[in-house]
Amino acid sequence: MAREIKSELGSVCEVKLPIGETLAIKRNRILPVDTAQGKRKRIGIVTGIHGDELEGQYVCYEVLRRIREQPECLTGIVDVYPAMNPMGIDSMTRGIPGFDLDMNRIFPGSGDGAMTEYVAHKIIEELSGADLIVDIHASNIYLTEIPQIRINELHSDVLVPLACHMNVDFVWVHASSTVLESTLAYSLNSTGTPTLVVEAGVGMRITKAYGAQLADGLMNTMRTLGIWQGAAYPAREPIVDARADGVVFFNAPKAGIFVPEAKHWTTLERGDVVGRIVNPLTGDVLAEITTPERGILFTIREYPVVDEGSLVGRLLKR
Amino acid sequence: MKKNIIYELNALYREPMQVVGYEFGAGEKSVCVVGSMRGNEVQQMFACSRLIERLKQLEARQEIAAGKSILVIPCVNSYSMNIGKRFWSTDNTDINRMFPGYDMGETTQRIAAGVFAVIKEYGIGIQFASNYMSGRFLPHIRMMQTGFEDIETAKKFAFPYVVTRNTRPFDTTTLNYNWQIWETRAFSVYTTDTEEIDRQSASDAVKAIERLLNEEGIVHSTVNGGYHYQSQVLCDDNLLSVRCREAGIYENRAFVGEEVTKGQLLAVITDPYEGGVLEELRAPADGTVFFQHKAPLIYADTAAVKLVYLSAGS
Repeated sequence: MAREIKSELGSVCEVKLPIGETLAIKRNRILPVDTAQGKRKRIGIVTGIHGDELEGQYVCYEVLRRIREQPECLTGIVDVYPAMNPMGIDSMTRGIPGFDLDMNRIFPGSGDGAMTEYVAHKIIEELSGADLIVDIHASNIYLTEIPQIRINELHSDVLVPLACHMNVDFVWVHASSTVLESTLAYSLNSTGTPTLVVEAGVGMRITKAYGAQLADGLMNTMRTLGIWQGAAYPAREPIVDARADGVVFFNAPKAGIFVPEAKHWTTLERGDVVGRIVNPLTGDVLAEITTPERGILFTIREYPVVDEGSLVGRLLKR
Repeated sequence: MKKNIIYELNALYREPMQVVGYEFGAGEKSVCVVGSMRGNEVQQMFACSRLIERLKQLEARQEIAAGKSILVIPCVNSYSMNIGKRFWSTDNTDINRMFPGYDMGETTQRIAAGVFAVIKEYGIGIQFASNYMSGRFLPHIRMMQTGFEDIETAKKFAFPYVVTRNTRPFDTTTLNYNWQIWETRAFSVYTTDTEEIDRQSASDAVKAIERLLNEEGIVHSTVNGGYHYQSQVLCDDNLLSVRCREAGIYENRAFVGEEVTKGQLLAVITDPYEGGVLEELRAPADGTVFFQHKAPLIYADTAAVKLVYLSAGS
């Protein structure tokens, strides 16, 4: 029997801006139109906390497209929040314009603080209680990431099984860090709303293949949660790594221009060259970055200019 | 005075960035003062330059105690200051969110580590700080409640107020927090401004530091003028936020430090196109204006003014 769905456009909060404009954080709630009793399962797809990370824009579009194609398969609530930092997205700004603040360092916010803290507080109010929140990031403008989910070790018991449905290549369970307690994911996870953090692609770009991969994963996850009854998409089994020393970080030993040599998401042997830092003024090779052991290169530098210490890659030890 | 390079960072096309420290006296590492860490903290650097000027005089008069050394670092982030950017010039990270640093990590972690390796052994640490809320403050000493905060020493600055506040997760990577954890008595000094020079509040802050140095036996000098308060100790709860409901053109109607009475007009917000008054912000209680928004435009739901209750504090 065909089932209708409805789309409810709304906002998480609205704040007046000084000159003839209101800032609204928009939500689209998709749900079946029927009289079924009982509490429906709810998933929230969140992106755009960092205004320069746009990979999630395509994911939101693609999930909605698939739901609209098969509305009869929707049995729960899908909330889509494509722009948690709308002014940042509009102005190609990572943080919150006008405040120069990283929005993902002010959660859970406060109802009594600055405007930014008020917005963070309203976002937490809005998302709390969902069966799952998926917060999609795109690294930054400097690095390209293979689709992966990052999980704080404190919440790994609940989140790793959920992450394995998401069709990502890699699940990185990392050590707890106090400073990360100010993130959206930590605030929600620590108060009982399971939240997965996805990192995929690179800032200021859309990588269509990664977007489609994540959309497949979201549909599968919704299917697992009882929100979607469509056919399962083929899903990859991620590498799950929870070792304290499982990842090698490559930081630039010199300032210069980074020229990559290795291909992203390939297995490198000990001694293989990841890339070189060169000086275009003199023609010198300032540094050659090689792998200390065998592993898979899951992060690679995208933006060529590096300072001493700039991250140029990460290797998952194998 | 000895001028030392505390940390140096090489770049591809710019001159190396040198973090310079000015050392006065010799012996026990008594006091370290740090100025600007963000590219817009001009007042913080200016205040340090005044302090260095004063310490030169004290050293010439042999008024620095024997066996005591004082280090002043006026600027940790000259790269960002030179290009008018608040955070790190390439990746926009905040050095004051990178402490204690990591010498094998990313650029700003390395800068923080390099600076902290030098300054962590000082008995007293003073940072000229700025707040993320843009506006004017009544000068004060601010401290995080870590269990190591030293309120009695903070009172020796003789500022009108010492403010303590709860530590939040993102505070744990600031210089002040890490100084405290490394058992340095750490104090953040807030003068009136950040992006503009306020000579008077910089001078008051320098005198307050000199007063503390005298109280601690690190210098033996005469401090003329400046603050002579018995500091009132406040916590977050003693500061009353006056929030606006409307957005528009913002104009203050009181001044920082003014004692106001309940109902007194503090600020008005007017329509940016038609000029009519959209909102009047009035004092909800008797108090002293501690902070006020300064920019000509304001968002709704902003804490535009903060008052100290007259009855609050110790």
